[in-house]
Amino acid sequence: MTATLLQVIAGGLLLGALYALFASGLTLIWGMMNVVNFAHGDFVMLAMYTSFVVWKTLGLGPAASVPIAALVLATVGIVAYFALVRHVMRAPMIAQILATFGLALFLRYGVFWYFGANFLSLPDNLVGGTYDIWGIRLPAARLLAGAVALLVTAGLHLLLTRTMLGSRMLAVAEDEAAAQLMGIRPHRMQAVAWGLAAGAAGIAGALISTFFYISPTVGETLAIVAFVTVSLGGFGSVPGALVAGLLIGVIESLSAYWIGAVYKDIVTYSLFVAVLWLRPQGLMGKA
Amino acid sequence: MGFTKIWAMAGVLAAGLMLPPPASAQDTIKIGAIYPLSGNAASAGESAKAALEVALDIINNPHPELGNIPLAKTAGLPNLKGAKLDIVFADNQGSPAVGQSQALRLITQEKVAALTGAYQSGITQTASAIAEKYGIPFLSGESVAANLTERGFKWFFRTTPVASDIAKTYMAFLKDLKAGGQKVDSIAVVNENSDYGTSIAQVLDEAAKANGFNIDLHIPYSANTTDVQSQVLQLKDKKPDVVIFVSYTSDAILYMKAMKALDYKPAVLIGDDSGFSDAAFLKTVGSIAQGAINRSAWDIGKPGSVTYLINEMYKKKRGVDLDDTAGRAMQGFLTLADAINRAGSTEPAKIQAALRATDLKPDQLMMGYKGVKFDAKGNNELAAALLIQIQGDHYVAVWPKETAVAPLQLPYKGW
Repeated sequence: MTATLLQVIAGGLLLGALYALFASGLTLIWGMMNVVNFAHGDFVMLAMYTSFVVWKTLGLGPAASVPIAALVLATVGIVAYFALVRHVMRAPMIAQILATFGLALFLRYGVFWYFGANFLSLPDNLVGGTYDIWGIRLPAARLLAGAVALLVTAGLHLLLTRTMLGSRMLAVAEDEAAAQLMGIRPHRMQAVAWGLAAGAAGIAGALISTFFYISPTVGETLAIVAFVTVSLGGFGSVPGALVAGLLIGVIESLSAYWIGAVYKDIVTYSLFVAVLWLRPQGLMGKA
Repeated sequence: MGFTKIWAMAGVLAAGLMLPPPASAQDTIKIGAIYPLSGNAASAGESAKAALEVALDIINNPHPELGNIPLAKTAGLPNLKGAKLDIVFADNQGSPAVGQSQALRLITQEKVAALTGAYQSGITQTASAIAEKYGIPFLSGESVAANLTERGFKWFFRTTPVASDIAKTYMAFLKDLKAGGQKVDSIAVVNENSDYGTSIAQVLDEAAKANGFNIDLHIPYSANTTDVQSQVLQLKDKKPDVVIFVSYTSDAILYMKAMKALDYKPAVLIGDDSGFSDAAFLKTVGSIAQGAINRSAWDIGKPGSVTYLINEMYKKKRGVDLDDTAGRAMQGFLTLADAINRAGSTEPAKIQAALRATDLKPDQLMMGYKGVKFDAKGNNELAAALLIQIQGDHYVAVWPKETAVAPLQLPYKGW
């Protein structure tokens, strides 16, 4: 293997980690709570602007912006649940889609109105430079995002499989009425799920902003991949989203390098369709 | 993408239906302006909007300080009893379908006298087709794709240099470089794959062949991408002497970031206008794109000059210097306003005739064209472009020598 090929794969893995990180919150809401959150991309976008504001006003990098964005977005998530999502939980799927889509537009154009359409960017060296390991270049900002993607995935997975809170959330997702009879408050669990998912989106946005451009529509650009990541990984499988994200990243990079950038989506989505054809539950979802 | 776009359109349409129709005064003439006011190109759209608003101010209010710029001295259009112009802005959302329906709305509901826009060539294509159908003049100040004026349209005009002019400029520049001993044997073209990028790439190919240059690497890509590392690695592999990017803003920013991350610098980097001209590009990645060469017909000029004053007016609105793309949009609008005034009427056929008779001299223009005069296809046969380079935190004119204010710096420095 040539050094360039290794670089393509390394770049693909880091890109995949970005997709996984971006999708982590979505798995929880879409995969577990069965609500398609169209505002997810715009949650991440909001976190990117939060991170920009933290840098602009306090001059601080991700060490401060990640926790701040996580808190801000968790709050947004919980408020969104109580103010909007709760009311459409029992409504038909289309009402949920329209409600979260309305929320997405509200956030997008709110940011648009306040910050304007201009592209923003954090300084290039906010998270250190670029490591050069045997000629393979790894930007520190992307490595950090990749590492945190692993941590967030592991954290969410453990929370769902090893804690009482996780079991309660799963119980609510499984059968709300039964869970209620067991003394679990469904609204509270749903709100926790929204808070966690939005908080994860907050972490993702703050980290992505260190190496990506920031604009009101950036969430829209990235969200489509996030939806694919979750369904390829398997609904409700947090590690599945990580594996799917990495896979998509590497396939995109390799096909763009070998076949051409315009064809990478064809390759990626053909494989996606093929996988779902053979395994409709996704790579790691339960049948 | 398609799915969210459909919902976005549905939402916008629903919102549009609920708004009451805006009241219209009798002594104002409405012009429709279609620009990307949301979506990925919104920052360029907002710049164009601000530029058109400056033009509106120049036309509607007396500005004797602006020399020979048409309609600057008077308030409103003197041949139409001082009637004021009004711009109805419409958002094309970066989508050819939305651009088309906005054109239809502006013509049938807003009853605009003429249209301008639509930034992306692919959207100008669909929007101008509607104007042609309804017999309403459409003047684009900034769309460069060659095919726009190859459709035999009678109502479409544009003031900007077009793809073939641009290709000629680049070839002349490369010849100059070659004569100066710079290696320009292999050239790569990296282009976004909608009308704009494809058209420029195609004419560059033809021009290169005619001029004995060799474009041996083509990398088309979709502008709405999340990652461009693989494309940069392809370049790094092939090591072309010259790389020409034909990109919009978000992708241009990603390229500069990826090039730094992968430590790749070609000896000569040309970024063709659009993305590279966006003020946001300079602000976000200007510091890591030092030495990038761009085409332009806009120069701020010396303090006190007409262009300098126009730039000051624009800066007050937008907070940054006027860029070439917004400048071309503004020049297009001023040309249109001048034609309406000469027509002395809002009747489409009279405006069309006045546009055909347009003959503006260089001292009547804010852009560095040799004039404005339309040929049979609707192209400005006097359009011209010069080359500028990022040096420090702004662009300076570096080529041709007659208009250069600073020496060309090669090789490309990057960061």
